[in-house]
Amino acid sequence: MATVSSASQVAERDVPFQLRGNSFTMMVLKVFAPTSPDFFVQLAVKVRQAPNFFRNAPVVLDFDELPESVVFDLDAFVTQVQALHLLPVGFQGGPQPVREAAAAVGLTPMPSGRAAKLEEVVKAPDPRRQDPQQQGQAPIPAPQVLIEVVHRPTVVVTEPVRSGMRVYAEKTDLIVTSSVSPGAELLADGNIHVYGALRGRALAGFSGDTNARIFCHSLEAEVLSVAGNYRVSEDIGSDFYKKAVQVFLRDGVLSMDLLKTG
Amino acid sequence: MSKIIVMTSGKGGVGKTTSSAAFATGLALRGFKTVVIDFDVGLRNLDLVMGCERRVVFDFINVINGEAKLNQALIKDKRIENLYILPTSQTRDKDALTREGVEKVLNELSKDFDYILCDSPAGIERGALMSLYFADHAIIVTNPEVSSVRDSDRILGVLNSRSRRAEQGLEPVTQQLLLTRYDPERVEKGEMLKVDDVLEILAIPLLGVIPESQAVLRASNVGMPVILDEVSNAGLAYSDAVGRFLGEDIEHRFVTPQKKGLFSRLLRRSA
Ligand SMILES: Nc1ncnc2c1ncn2[C@@H]1O[C@H](COP(=O)(O)OP(=O)(O)O)[C@@H](O)[C@H]1O
Ligand SMILES: [Mg+2]
Repeated sequence: MATVSSASQVAERDVPFQLRGNSFTMMVLKVFAPTSPDFFVQLAVKVRQAPNFFRNAPVVLDFDELPESVVFDLDAFVTQVQALHLLPVGFQGGPQPVREAAAAVGLTPMPSGRAAKLEEVVKAPDPRRQDPQQQGQAPIPAPQVLIEVVHRPTVVVTEPVRSGMRVYAEKTDLIVTSSVSPGAELLADGNIHVYGALRGRALAGFSGDTNARIFCHSLEAEVLSVAGNYRVSEDIGSDFYKKAVQVFLRDGVLSMDLLKTG
Repeated sequence: MSKIIVMTSGKGGVGKTTSSAAFATGLALRGFKTVVIDFDVGLRNLDLVMGCERRVVFDFINVINGEAKLNQALIKDKRIENLYILPTSQTRDKDALTREGVEKVLNELSKDFDYILCDSPAGIERGALMSLYFADHAIIVTNPEVSSVRDSDRILGVLNSRSRRAEQGLEPVTQQLLLTRYDPERVEKGEMLKVDDVLEILAIPLLGVIPESQAVLRASNVGMPVILDEVSNAGLAYSDAVGRFLGEDIEHRFVTPQKKGLFSRLLRRSA
């Protein structure tokens, strides 16, 4: 629907194209044992469970878990994935030979980890608001790049987040409705809410948003951070321990307030 | 169809093998045909605790590799009807445990047995992953101390993400806590975590609390599962836990320090 209306706008503006930033949700196929005779049997079972959901769905192959010594025919592997009507479009991680083979069959290396900040990617001047001093000169047509801010759904986790687990809410908020164990890590580019005990690490504003906050029901955290300003458990102070607390930046300093409950 | 149980913990030395031997024996005593499998390839402790180390000819790995038939490797317990042990190899390593091989053996066993109990090695590497992969139920063995609780928490995460049930989107593996080597006196002094502290972090149902007991070492030295020592607290606690596992409603005991009788106080003073 959005595409239709913007296409007509484009026609009205009489420009041949429009460049836009957009984010897509893609499935990641984490590959543990590509040579297992069961691999495609099990994948086929999965696909059959929701054929319409999977048909021609773009997938990113994640090779991060493969051992350095892995040997397998990537070309044939991709063909078999395609045979199940999945569309491998890119890949992540993996040993060097696997990455090379993946690039050779035309898969795009996907950046893993944190997302690029949109503001920095594009800062094109708006041609409609030109500097008055430049008005006399021949206007230099600036490339018009429109960024459409797409709402990203909040990541909601209802299971306990266990030691060794890491949850990253990329470009959005994170809500955990149970507890977060010591040794677990929550990351969000937006806010973090924990409606249980927060005993692990919580890093809000992970890509630099200084307005992000952390809210939790019982503060027992190992590390708290907002936009890189952090505090370790030793510095949290007993006034806040096991209390409902919000954590935020006040004049650039990590601060905590008790939440009024009840 | 048989039920597959994994006895797991993440950490070593917490009592997985002791608990596997006790549990398998307890299930067999209640009439269930039970086999207990040693997944700790290279160490081989289970057959010692079960007292059948001199009867091992073929093992789990031989069966996986097709070097022996399953019934050549299965050892029938001499004391208890319905109880079998599948020992592991002391000379191979955990790479011998392939998923297909393990699955083949479990499939064959499930034709015959009510319960298949998998004694996991420590860690979260291949051996531990293979022992939990096919499980229907997980018993998390934890000691009342911080590092053991942390590792158990980790294993719970692994069960929720890397077990067969998780990978295939089936009903999740059921999880219960067995708190072992619990010393109520040391807990009272604050040297060990309380039951409630552990439950607060792990947030899974409590299957049982096994007290720290000399009887455990005594029993394993003579190759007898401690559950057969019916006068020891540890034996009774295991028996209760097996009952709870089967759905019986049994109150927890051995959680608070026992009142010392005059006799034991005198003994202690003179010691
Ligand atoms: N309840 C207990 N009381 C005293 N000692 C115990 C108890 N449970 C286990 N042990 C001892 O702890 C050690 C490790 O037990 P084991 O069952 O081999 O652990 P794991 O299989 O987890 O490595 C053994 O020496 C065992 O006798
Ligand atoms: Mg062991």
